[in-house]
Amino acid sequence: MSENVKKAPNFRKNATAFMQKYKAGEFFQKYTMVLALVVVIAFFALRTGGKTLLPANINNLIAQNAYVFVLAAGMLLCILTGGNIDLSVGSVVCFAAAVGTVLMQAGVNMWIAVLAMLAIGLAVGTFQGFWIAKVHVPAFIATLSGMYAFRGFSNVVLGGYQVSITNQSFLDLFGGGAGCYVPDYLRQLFGLANGKPNITCLAVGGLAVVIYILMTIRKVHIQKKLQIHQSIIGTAITTVLISAVIIWLTLKLASHRGIPTVMIWICMVLGIYQYITTRTAIGRHLYAVGGNEKATALSGVKTRNVFWFAYASIGLMAGLAGILTAARARGIDPTYGEGYEMDAIASCFIGGASAYGGIGKVSGMIIGAVLMGVINQGMGILGVDSNYQKVVKGIVLLIAVMFDVLSKRQKR
Amino acid sequence: MAKILLEMKNITKTFPGVKALDNVNFQVEEGEIHALVGENGAGKSTLMNVLSGIYPYGTYEGDIIYDGKVCEFHNIKDSEKLGIVIIHQELALVPEMTIGENMYLGNERGHKYAIDWNTTYAEADKYLRMVGLSESSKVQVKTIGTGKQQLVEIAKALAKKARLLILDEPTSSLNEEDSRALLDLMLEFKKQGMTMIIISHKLNEVAYVADTITVVRDGATIETIDNHGTEQVSEERIIKGMVGREITNRFPKRDNVQIGDIQLEVDHWTVHHPLYPERKVVDDVSMYVRKGEVVGIYGLMGAGRTELAMSIFGQSYGTNFSGELKIDGKPVKMKKSEADAIKHKIAYVTEDRKGNGLVLSQSIKVNTSLAHLDAISSHTVIDGDKEYAVAEEYRDKLKIKTPTVEQLVGNLSGGNQQKVLLAKWMFAEPDIMLLDEPTRGIDVGAKYEIYCIINDLAAAGKSVVMISSELPEVLGLCDRIYIMNEGKMVGEMKGSEATQESIMAVILKSGRGE
Repeated sequence: MSENVKKAPNFRKNATAFMQKYKAGEFFQKYTMVLALVVVIAFFALRTGGKTLLPANINNLIAQNAYVFVLAAGMLLCILTGGNIDLSVGSVVCFAAAVGTVLMQAGVNMWIAVLAMLAIGLAVGTFQGFWIAKVHVPAFIATLSGMYAFRGFSNVVLGGYQVSITNQSFLDLFGGGAGCYVPDYLRQLFGLANGKPNITCLAVGGLAVVIYILMTIRKVHIQKKLQIHQSIIGTAITTVLISAVIIWLTLKLASHRGIPTVMIWICMVLGIYQYITTRTAIGRHLYAVGGNEKATALSGVKTRNVFWFAYASIGLMAGLAGILTAARARGIDPTYGEGYEMDAIASCFIGGASAYGGIGKVSGMIIGAVLMGVINQGMGILGVDSNYQKVVKGIVLLIAVMFDVLSKRQKR
Repeated sequence: MAKILLEMKNITKTFPGVKALDNVNFQVEEGEIHALVGENGAGKSTLMNVLSGIYPYGTYEGDIIYDGKVCEFHNIKDSEKLGIVIIHQELALVPEMTIGENMYLGNERGHKYAIDWNTTYAEADKYLRMVGLSESSKVQVKTIGTGKQQLVEIAKALAKKARLLILDEPTSSLNEEDSRALLDLMLEFKKQGMTMIIISHKLNEVAYVADTITVVRDGATIETIDNHGTEQVSEERIIKGMVGREITNRFPKRDNVQIGDIQLEVDHWTVHHPLYPERKVVDDVSMYVRKGEVVGIYGLMGAGRTELAMSIFGQSYGTNFSGELKIDGKPVKMKKSEADAIKHKIAYVTEDRKGNGLVLSQSIKVNTSLAHLDAISSHTVIDGDKEYAVAEEYRDKLKIKTPTVEQLVGNLSGGNQQKVLLAKWMFAEPDIMLLDEPTRGIDVGAKYEIYCIINDLAAAGKSVVMISSELPEVLGLCDRIYIMNEGKMVGEMKGSEATQESIMAVILKSGRGE
């Protein structure tokens, strides 16, 4: 058609101009929080004379924030469905942990207790999901009632008292106490005495980097075959940077006491959620429902089940977070878990999830959670008053979302 | 020669990387109706946004001379103060508020902290009468129809003491009757000395109402056509200016028409309104489509066409269904599920692409695969590379103009969005395609391409049902035409025998209850 031929050069010119503009905007939008994270880490490292970067503190950062990663992963799915949040997770964490702790102290096998905690989380999530998905109770309200109810149940189960956990293998496996590191199998294998650096940790870290690089190469290769346009330099830079971060983290942990067991659970959860959101049909449905629910329904997707899935999933994560919280504190108290929901929600929003749904990534959520964790820890080491710590956290959340909104507006 | 009310001189407006307006000159005489026509993205709306101060002074080059004075508008308030009022394409009314509240929103009577409701409603009523509405201004906006809402918008503009009224696609959501009433109202206002600028895609309306027509193409004013004479300028003449060449045939020829057996048959199909179950929205409709056939359903807005299509598509609209659905001659019991309809190889391409069709915050790729994820995934795990290849294939096939399929659908033009929507449903591999207003709100060039796609679908043996409110389109494209009115099928004609007059006659006859 002559019309197309005539339009073509003009269109191409516009397209390249558009791409350039798009790329600049996209870069800013995509990496704002990464840059912010780097700045914040550098700031606290300088102010504390490098204390925040000590291996022990890096280790603590991971152990202290384990529950945030786990809950935020679940929360992300809820937020994707349309900015819906789950306010009940803090209470559910406490409830699940309380039941599990009481069971264990009553002499029940540790694995049965673990399964019970996960099952409770899943059941609560499914229950709340039912009201949200099938009865159309607004998520905010359904989970607000859960927040009250399960806080109450926790108190009932615990009889108002703190209960301690004495099951050592439970504590070791889920990150409480001195034994909660992966033993250095490799040193034992080579017949070396225990010591530093932790060789197993180095090996695992090295393996992770190798696998990551191989996967990237495979991806580039396939995309080349499919003639998908891509920026090789960009891919190379990100690959090098991410590998560097993994190596750095490995070295830090290896020079401390190795891999904390809780990190296994975090990596597992993040890996699974990354996979769900990027590679599965249900993940795609989550984004689609948040972007346009009506259009998704008319595409033959059972949208209400998507909501149900999201809330069941965060329930399960609350159960897991309950396990991690109880293990870390070596017991449970009826007030544990208060405010956890807010940490999870904040991590997602700082990580670029849209408050209207349909936009958000696991990688962003991780950045958000780390940023919050670094600020918390840095202020703790600096000895900032805990009340002011909350003020700073609030301000950070506001600024992060402001950046997000502004960078999106610039694109228009 | 009458006095020039508005002159826009050498207006240039650049967005980063794109020149949206390039040295545009535009003059409007006092007391005339001036039409601005052009394809989507030609720069019409940008020009009007410059004029009304949405793009403030300083963000563009050139001068606006209004009423003999050079103006610097920094926001909409500035331009409204001088009586330049713009009515946007999308209705900007708050449904829950009353007509009066809407009309004076941001322009409140009385004091800022003590609104004078008596004056508000009294004045509102006065302006409502001027536009021919008999409703009280205390009625909630959501209780009146779209046609009347458009009139409320005009009343709202009048309340701002408009001297130059700009109407952006004022009839795009109106049926023919309401459209005609609106155009006549414009002519009435002209007699009273109002100056108006109308932006429209509907060239017959432009030819009917405008005194002067300015054609915009690629960010520049191409020509100004005089339409003062008694002889209306022809649509072909305007189109020639818009696309820069003569379109000898607005509808592509169909060769190799091979019509096969009946694929979809609907028998005594009745559907009730989901909220008012006593109301029948589709009333005892029987129809059929053959393989390779393009069947049109024509009717005025509210005739029940969309409701019919959606109820066939997995009962996605309505309640209390009765009647029978046959596919390939066999009765089908379909569940109330869109997924089930897709399984039966039916696709419904919605008329509301932004609201019901596309996920605007996602890429072309994601939208293309959404209705048929099974095909690119195994055990619910998506094969990203396959998905990309599919999206690329359809981008190529449907000539979707975009640098990459990773582009967000929200950033595409209407025509390209429509193509993505078609791609999505073509990828679902249906045998029966129900197309609901497939060319609504897109420009002439893109329309032609969509027509070509429809013809290709039919040539590939698909059964195509096309719902449309545009008679020329139905006549130009369809093998057979059904005519609907008030939920009933009131006529059926062969495409080759039907004319505009004969179809309208059928509707008028049925409306009188004969």
